[in-house]
Amino acid sequence: MRRILSVLLENEPGSLSRVVGLFSQRGYNIDTLTVAPTEDQTLSRLTLTTHGNDRVIEQITKNLNKLIDVVKVVDLTEGPHIERELMLLKVKANDLQRAEIKRCVDIFRGQIVDVNAHAYTVQIVGNSDKLDAFIQAIGDADILELVRTGVSGLARGEKSLRL
Amino acid sequence: MELLSGGEIVVRALKDAGVKYLWGYPGGAALHIYDALFQQSDVQHILVRHEQAATHAADGHARSTGEVGAVLVTSGPGATNAITGIATAYMDSIPMVVISGQVPREKIGDDAFQETDMVGISRPIVKHSFLVKDATEIAATIAKAFFIAGSGRPGPVVVDIPKDVTAPNHRVPYEYPEKIKIRSYQPTVKGHAGQIKRAIKTLLGAKRPVIYSGGGVVLGDASSQLIELARSLNAPVTNTLMGLGAYPGTDDQFIGMLGMHGTFEANTAMHHADVILAVGARFDDRVTNTTDKFCPSAKIIHIDIDPTSISKTIAADIPIVGPCDRVLQELIDQLGCSDDSQDESAITEWWTQINEWRDRHGIYTKPRHDASEGNIIKPQDVIRSLFNVTGGDAFVTSDVGQHQMFAAQYYLFNKPRRWINSGGLGTMGFGLPAAMGVQLANPGADVACVTGEGSIQMCIQELSTCTQYGLPVKIINLNNQALGMVRQWQDMQYSSRYSSSIYEDSLPDFVKLAESYGHVGIKVTHFDELEEKMAECFSLKDRVVFMDICVDRSEHVYPMHVAPNGSMRDMWLSKTERT
Ligand SMILES: Cc1ncc(C[n+]2csc(CCOP(=O)(O)OP(=O)(O)O)c2C)c(N)n1
Ligand SMILES: [Mg+2]
Repeated sequence: MRRILSVLLENEPGSLSRVVGLFSQRGYNIDTLTVAPTEDQTLSRLTLTTHGNDRVIEQITKNLNKLIDVVKVVDLTEGPHIERELMLLKVKANDLQRAEIKRCVDIFRGQIVDVNAHAYTVQIVGNSDKLDAFIQAIGDADILELVRTGVSGLARGEKSLRL
Repeated sequence: MELLSGGEIVVRALKDAGVKYLWGYPGGAALHIYDALFQQSDVQHILVRHEQAATHAADGHARSTGEVGAVLVTSGPGATNAITGIATAYMDSIPMVVISGQVPREKIGDDAFQETDMVGISRPIVKHSFLVKDATEIAATIAKAFFIAGSGRPGPVVVDIPKDVTAPNHRVPYEYPEKIKIRSYQPTVKGHAGQIKRAIKTLLGAKRPVIYSGGGVVLGDASSQLIELARSLNAPVTNTLMGLGAYPGTDDQFIGMLGMHGTFEANTAMHHADVILAVGARFDDRVTNTTDKFCPSAKIIHIDIDPTSISKTIAADIPIVGPCDRVLQELIDQLGCSDDSQDESAITEWWTQINEWRDRHGIYTKPRHDASEGNIIKPQDVIRSLFNVTGGDAFVTSDVGQHQMFAAQYYLFNKPRRWINSGGLGTMGFGLPAAMGVQLANPGADVACVTGEGSIQMCIQELSTCTQYGLPVKIINLNNQALGMVRQWQDMQYSSRYSSSIYEDSLPDFVKLAESYGHVGIKVTHFDELEEKMAECFSLKDRVVFMDICVDRSEHVYPMHVAPNGSMRDMWLSKTERT
């Protein structure tokens, strides 16, 4: 099953490599990974998506907690949560295609953030399924390049991951 | 506040961390620290002959005392030579701090002379690591390193210090922190009360209980609690290779080691158990054999300080995270006030069954020697002789191979921290340097290194260190003229094709070799001189003695799990007999 893990991490040199190293060392999967400092500059917040059965996920969580630099770990997928991913893609947009792409972007509530005579750069925000669906939807268009930030997320309600 | 240079701070912080002996080897990046060491006498530095030995010696110190071992090496090759010893300590959860010199800060990343990314290289085999960026950080970092290494589930910690940070001309205020607090690191100190209640109920309801105790009981100094609990439950106890000594080896309730080379009764009892109390053990693959077939009818209670050890390979029915001594004590206390009671007749019946297994295929209780085979020495008898001569009270370190398994099976350890071997990594070369660390930490004690002619040659240079520092360890070399454990597998699985497991007359004369370092060498070739020469060896209190004992080359270690696809109870009992 797909899981979203949120990790509060000491913002120290080498701490990210310990997290990433753990996954390769123990043969766990990382599907996406995002990391940046939080409002507290001493802490980074890392969101990663992974998949595995319950036993594997439990081991991943425990092993993350075991890392000295890790302050807290939560599995967002255990409760109601919000997840977002941002995608930028550059598509070929000539005469006829332009209107069709524009329509598609509107349907997905995306934005065209850069334009030139031959291409659009499109920004889509949403959960990963929505981004996948957009790629499907413009299937006929020529994608020149594409970048996704990976998932980040928060639990719904008042629950918060902090010190 | 006192102003000290970075180099002086390293040494002073080591002293304040309680370090008496620092095992190491100098080199460019560490020279400022070495100069500071020279100018004081609180911390004694011991110069080994290879950095691997420094880590094993500090490891032996740690295992035999419970203190954190300390190592100092230089950058580059010094650091990489230490890696095997760090990995050895990591696999067995041994507390150790390794300080490595690093190239100066401004050269990091330039492929400078003797630069290696020590923090990167050691990352998967340390509990934690630090790169010190400023002289003002040294003391606090070393204090944290010792705290992390020695608390919770212990392990090695690397502190990498660039050379310019230790420079003598830059002096900063010295302050060793009185209390250490790390917000992201708080080891569990107490077991969960609800789980402990459930465990009590399950233990009292058991008809065929087994206590399976591991290295965590030794490391957690929980031996007395283990004994008390086992006595009050009248339950059989088996120890892992790492756990030997935590429960007295000569006690009636002890059914021997379990696992790949465990006793028939321990492995069979595990297989048939209805409740297994695993404490400070990690269901290692050398214990469980095929996990799908592991102990089919057992409910498993698992106590461990490290949550990641629980339900890693075998799912626990009642997990309890906490330090072994505390949790066992809570179990003992609550056992006394529980309303439930044991089914005593079931336990009696269980013991009848276990004793029958014991009598059927125990390990050899009489000498293995068979006069009809001539005067040849069986390796098992060497260990028994060692046990007799040392009154069962020696520190025994070991290398890796058949000799290690014979030592584990035949030296009956009655105290924890007496059996010192590389269980997790299985590092040949561990035995002699570990023995040096044990000897220095326990002056006057009998320290024996049980080894093989293969393993001893992996760190034999340390005979010289023994000379320099007067470390009178006794080397018991079970010389079977082969990489015996490899050859055993080749006999069993490769139709005796001895691919690179024999040396073709290239072995040194170990007696002369020992003598060349100023030690005593004794060669033993006949069974009837074994006991007498063993006694002579241990009568030479102040000397290093190298006992080169020619043993039966064809002997195998039994019992041995049938693998792959075997269960706990599937064993070879001899070359021709299996369960
Ligand atoms: C550093 C290292 N290399 C290789 C091995 C694999 N290995 C395990 S036992 C063994 C043979 C050991 O021979 P010896 O020390 O003579 O002991 P014996 O089995 O003969 O008693 C080998 C090569 C190991 N454990 N460690
Ligand atoms: Mg050998």
